[in-house]
Amino acid sequence: MADHKHPTSHEEHLREQHLMLDPMPRGKMNEMVMESMHTTSWKFWLVFGLLAAFVAYALFYKWGVMILEGLGVAGVNRPSYWGIFLVNTVFWIGISHAGTFISAILRVFRAEFRRPFTRAAELMTTFGLVQAGFSIFMHMGRVWLSYWLMPIPNQRQLWPNFHSPLSWDLLAITTYLLSSTMYLFLPLIPDLAMARDRTPDGTWQKTFYRILALGFRGTEGEWTHLRNALNIFAFAIIPVMFSVHTIVSWDFAMATRPGWSSTIFGPYFVIGALHSGMGAVVMVLAVVRGTMKNMKYFIRPEHFEAIGKLMLIISMGWAYFFFNDYIVQWYGGDKWTKELLHWHEAGPMGWMWFAMLICNVAIPWAILWNKKWRSTPWLLFIVGLLINVGMWFERYIIVPISLTINRMPFTWRLYQPGIEVWLGIGTVAFFILLYMAASKLIPLIPVWEVQEGQMAHSLKKYGRETVVTVSELE
Amino acid sequence: MTVDLNKLHAVGAIADEAEGKWGMVIDMDLCTGCQACVAACAMENNIPYVEEEDAGYGRSMHWIRTERFWEGEYPEVKMSGYQPMLCQQCGKAPCEPVCPAFATVHSQSEQLNLQVYNRCVGTRYCANNCPYQVRSFNWRDYQDSRIRPEITILANQFNPDVTVRRRGVMEKCTFCIQRIHHAQDKAKAEGREVEDGEFTTACAQACPANAITFGRIDHPESLVAQLARSPRAEHHLEELGTLPRVTYLKEG
Repeated sequence: MADHKHPTSHEEHLREQHLMLDPMPRGKMNEMVMESMHTTSWKFWLVFGLLAAFVAYALFYKWGVMILEGLGVAGVNRPSYWGIFLVNTVFWIGISHAGTFISAILRVFRAEFRRPFTRAAELMTTFGLVQAGFSIFMHMGRVWLSYWLMPIPNQRQLWPNFHSPLSWDLLAITTYLLSSTMYLFLPLIPDLAMARDRTPDGTWQKTFYRILALGFRGTEGEWTHLRNALNIFAFAIIPVMFSVHTIVSWDFAMATRPGWSSTIFGPYFVIGALHSGMGAVVMVLAVVRGTMKNMKYFIRPEHFEAIGKLMLIISMGWAYFFFNDYIVQWYGGDKWTKELLHWHEAGPMGWMWFAMLICNVAIPWAILWNKKWRSTPWLLFIVGLLINVGMWFERYIIVPISLTINRMPFTWRLYQPGIEVWLGIGTVAFFILLYMAASKLIPLIPVWEVQEGQMAHSLKKYGRETVVTVSELE
Repeated sequence: MTVDLNKLHAVGAIADEAEGKWGMVIDMDLCTGCQACVAACAMENNIPYVEEEDAGYGRSMHWIRTERFWEGEYPEVKMSGYQPMLCQQCGKAPCEPVCPAFATVHSQSEQLNLQVYNRCVGTRYCANNCPYQVRSFNWRDYQDSRIRPEITILANQFNPDVTVRRRGVMEKCTFCIQRIHHAQDKAKAEGREVEDGEFTTACAQACPANAITFGRIDHPESLVAQLARSPRAEHHLEELGTLPRVTYLKEG
């Protein structure tokens, strides 16, 4: 490896470490990204085919069975009227949050390490929201009437009940889906134009890119408009993201139930969403880096290191809100809440409560403090996976396990999942499937953002010292 | 039910909510836990019987249930009394505001909590938010004889005044609103007011111990209003401010 003391080696070392200091000719880089989209091994198609078959069976066939037979095929029951469906809804909305968080917050703060992976994160938002939509519609008893919840003029002369947190939820998630899709699309335009120019005429891909690129040619005016739009969107989408997950938490916090009516649920859910979402981003990046061609150039240990730091901070934030939620309820002394907290830890599902704390707090804290460890992609993949398991457990504890305890002890009964296990795994498979399809259709790396960053960064020599300089482009 | 409006600082609509119209008194001293009310309610309101498997998982559908409580472990078991639990027809019902489809609404004329079956889309939010856990959900098409041919013969004894419900719909006690309307129509045709004791709900009618009394809670001289003034009267989960219309007479 490079000798740190030797000046030229130091420079080499810096280039090896940081993507921004390791520039590549623009044509070459464009080629690399196109190549990563077009290089497909038989293994990809094998996994893709298996996943597609699984989605067809576990998600669509099983859902069809449930629509025809009724929710009786699922495990939801009194008093756990909401089960894994709602767990998955909150889980997927949580996953989708990190996309926007990483992209928008880091863009606003001009964090340079964001450049190669904003797109991978934004894609997660859109695809995660699709799964959240599936999960919430699956949960409805009469899903074929779900359009009744839309505020549209109708012959029934009925309007949705805007007192219901579920109505707020629907509006919030729709807003978020639309705005995050636009936010995904805006920085994609120059890359679609790049792909359009490098796709042979007469192919359907050419038509696809030509339509989506909206005739982008890269003029000064177009870039100015794009930058302005992105700047507005990056700022505007942050409050949207915070409000959406707060509103999701209100589905629970507004209810008259022990354990649910907690004033801290809003921020607690937001930080939980970021926690699971960051874990998911790091998993996606590790897989993309490990499986797609040329990705080792774009996604480097420095990126895992930077995200690892964020994960550690968010894990601490989650622990803080969890403790706040817990301790205030415990000291509140309400007999039902006391019963509920006892049920969480010492009930038949107590193992899940402890596993949640181990996955969400103990493991991230034990691993992410170490720079070398958090620069290791496979290790971060495992941490990200465990955080997601822990966050899924957290939602499971909040929804069906907390629903078990109510103010009518006669009805207490443990929830046993049924068909919703298939449907839940089906949404995971569908998420991966959509992601795999997208990786073949759109450039996963925002090439223009990487190039812009590389242009701004340079290594200068002052005497014997090599110094990194960054210039403001915008 | 008597509410000291001065204590509540209640006027206008809130006073009406607190007062209510139809009410029920259940004497837990008299209840023997015989479940006649449960059976009568199921017959009157076309409540489906669920199959063995669903019943074993706790999905039996009842609009009224007899809760029983005990202390200690077998064989040293001490039973406490039985507690029939049904929709309390809350004046401020937690189930009402959370429904996104306006499927559970408050009746202005009857002061009852209504469930509009054909408007329900099955989010089950109302059932989560009901502190009394008295709502039942149609997990399957229990009453479709095309799916369950064995119920064809049972369908012959359906009450024609009450609808049947499909899968994915929430339902709950209505205070036998079909009987209320029947009595009101009859009284109106005869040009008089509905008399106290002229009719009652199916559960009250079936109770062999006369533990359940139903009537106009807003008429101070009615039997139900007099019983509700008993020193033994209490309301379940009163601290939640739901203003329940069912008064329980605790064991003396």
